[in-house]
Amino acid sequence: MRKGYFFRRRKYVIICIILCLLVTCLCLFEMSYGKTTYSIPYIFKVLGSSQAMEGDFTIRTLRFPRVLAGLLTGMAFGMAGNTFQKLLRNPLASPDIIGVTSGASVAAVFGILVLGISGTAVSLMAVISGFAVTCFIYMASGGSRHNGLHFNGGRLILIGIGVQAFLNAIISWMLLKTSEYNVAAALRWLSGNLNDVSMERIPILGFILAVAGTGILLLNRQLQVMQLGEEFSYSLGTKPETVRLLLMLCALFLTAFATAVSGPIASVAFLSGPIARRVTGDGRGNMMASAFTGAILVLLADIVGQYALPARYPVGVITGIMGAPYLLILLLRMNGKGVSES
Amino acid sequence: MIKRRMLLLIILLFTLCCSMILSVSFGTKSIQIEDILGAFGIGDVTTFGSEVVRARIPRTVFGVLAGAALAVSGGMMQSITRNPIADPSILGVNSGASLFVVCGIAFLHVNNNITMIWLAFVGATLTAFCVYGLASIGYSGATPLKLALAGAAAGTALQSMVNTVMMPDTQVMNQFRFWQTGSIGGATWNDIYTMLPFLTVGFGLSLMLSPALNTLALGDDMAVSLGINVFAVRLLGTLAGVLLCSATTALAGPIGFVGLMVPHLIRAVLGPDVRWVLPLSALAGAGLLILADVLGRLFGRPGELEVGIVTAILGAPVFVAIVRKVKVSTL
Repeated sequence: MRKGYFFRRRKYVIICIILCLLVTCLCLFEMSYGKTTYSIPYIFKVLGSSQAMEGDFTIRTLRFPRVLAGLLTGMAFGMAGNTFQKLLRNPLASPDIIGVTSGASVAAVFGILVLGISGTAVSLMAVISGFAVTCFIYMASGGSRHNGLHFNGGRLILIGIGVQAFLNAIISWMLLKTSEYNVAAALRWLSGNLNDVSMERIPILGFILAVAGTGILLLNRQLQVMQLGEEFSYSLGTKPETVRLLLMLCALFLTAFATAVSGPIASVAFLSGPIARRVTGDGRGNMMASAFTGAILVLLADIVGQYALPARYPVGVITGIMGAPYLLILLLRMNGKGVSES
Repeated sequence: MIKRRMLLLIILLFTLCCSMILSVSFGTKSIQIEDILGAFGIGDVTTFGSEVVRARIPRTVFGVLAGAALAVSGGMMQSITRNPIADPSILGVNSGASLFVVCGIAFLHVNNNITMIWLAFVGATLTAFCVYGLASIGYSGATPLKLALAGAAAGTALQSMVNTVMMPDTQVMNQFRFWQTGSIGGATWNDIYTMLPFLTVGFGLSLMLSPALNTLALGDDMAVSLGINVFAVRLLGTLAGVLLCSATTALAGPIGFVGLMVPHLIRAVLGPDVRWVLPLSALAGAGLLILADVLGRLFGRPGELEVGIVTAILGAPVFVAIVRKVKVSTL
């Protein structure tokens, strides 16, 4: 039995390394391929040197932030999505479906269209609003004890969907009221886009990813215990309330800051966890694997959206469409097994 | 009970009349009572005010029809699926209609309403059946949670496809964003004539089916043993529900939450008898939509707030309340 455990563990590590290598390949490919193709050693030379060289603008200002943003947002969305899905024990309960990302988007669109601000201020508003909306959803689904409702993942999902429908109505109204000129800027916040990502927003996301990601990895063991059910986790010495709150906070920070950089890249949070699970074939937390899967999805979709189609599409549109067939399979499989009832 | 029904009927009729009067009199230009009378051929018929009122009449009539259609559609879907949160906007029907409409605008260069209705109708029907089918596979059938998730997930996927079609073309984007926010502001008599046959069929079917739906509420087995063709009732009922909401959606754009909240409120007062719930929901839905439209005109000054936004603002708290009710499945 112990041997089996080590075998599975080794398999998981190997798969993670393979995924990581894939991510690196995609990053390098996206750095080098484009209208002018540069060789990989040359890219490193440009990034390393301080003098201006040929292709300096393309590599440093256009491609490097784009690739970094794709990598980091992908990892953040993948991890956050997997955390939500595990916490609510439902493979469909990712932040983009239960209203967290809409919460961030609505403030960002408001900031851009109504207040006319841009850059860091928009990101900050998105983060705060995503936070507020999630708190509201959590509270409304009966987080407190005195009203006789105990925490119920199903109710949280339902309320999240209702809130999302509400926020979407507000967003489409703001889009309608604004001038045609502003619509394009706002649409970035609605579909997810890596064009015109600037370098200054990336360190914050990197920092948040490091902190919240570590938090999630540390709590992963408790999360696995909680998968067994509330009663078990009490008797095994885990406090589900605290762990749930901490995990939700981490996942929320990841989602909100990633949304602040790239907009809500559709379906990545929702797809990464299940794909990682399929690849590793393992009931473990799969957090690292989902983070890498998220990054692969975003980078791949970005490459496809930029070069493989007749028109250039933002990355979120491609991932959204990738999500559709997978969704069908997932629903069919999930319904075969049955899910937790509301 | 009969007294209560009559009372509610009278209250709703009264509210509807009041809101219709408000709807023709409120707006960017305020109107005197003589102008309203003038518009209907009493007294001085040639004032500027009476012209304004006359321009507001189609909008009001359209609002009444749309509100009634949405409320009945929601009530039908809730009865058929025996699911308290079934509503066109939750089932992803709106995104299905959106996709077909945007494809129509982009590829077929559609700009007449009758084709739009058909497109929206096909899109809405396909999506409704797919979402419901997906949610009901497997054991325990279509629970509220599975249905909502299937709808939301399908909505996300469809929205991405809408974006794919829309983004490369600014003109399509511009035309579509006006459709995407539910509004009854631009309604004309032509729209009403186009919509009318669809609504007549929808309302007629709903009324015809309501005794059977009452029996269906006892459970499938019971309904079969009482001589109801469950499959036919479900199919026709869904058809009626989709017909009503897609005709409205095609012309007014997606207006959410009316179908969700109105039947619940009526049921809370009257109990679950479908034969009464549906007609009274129609009245209440019409009143609600007109009132929401008037509110939108009041609060959105100097312009106006689209009715789809107002119903979303009013409806979201009701939705949360319905979900929070511990026993949600008492249909």
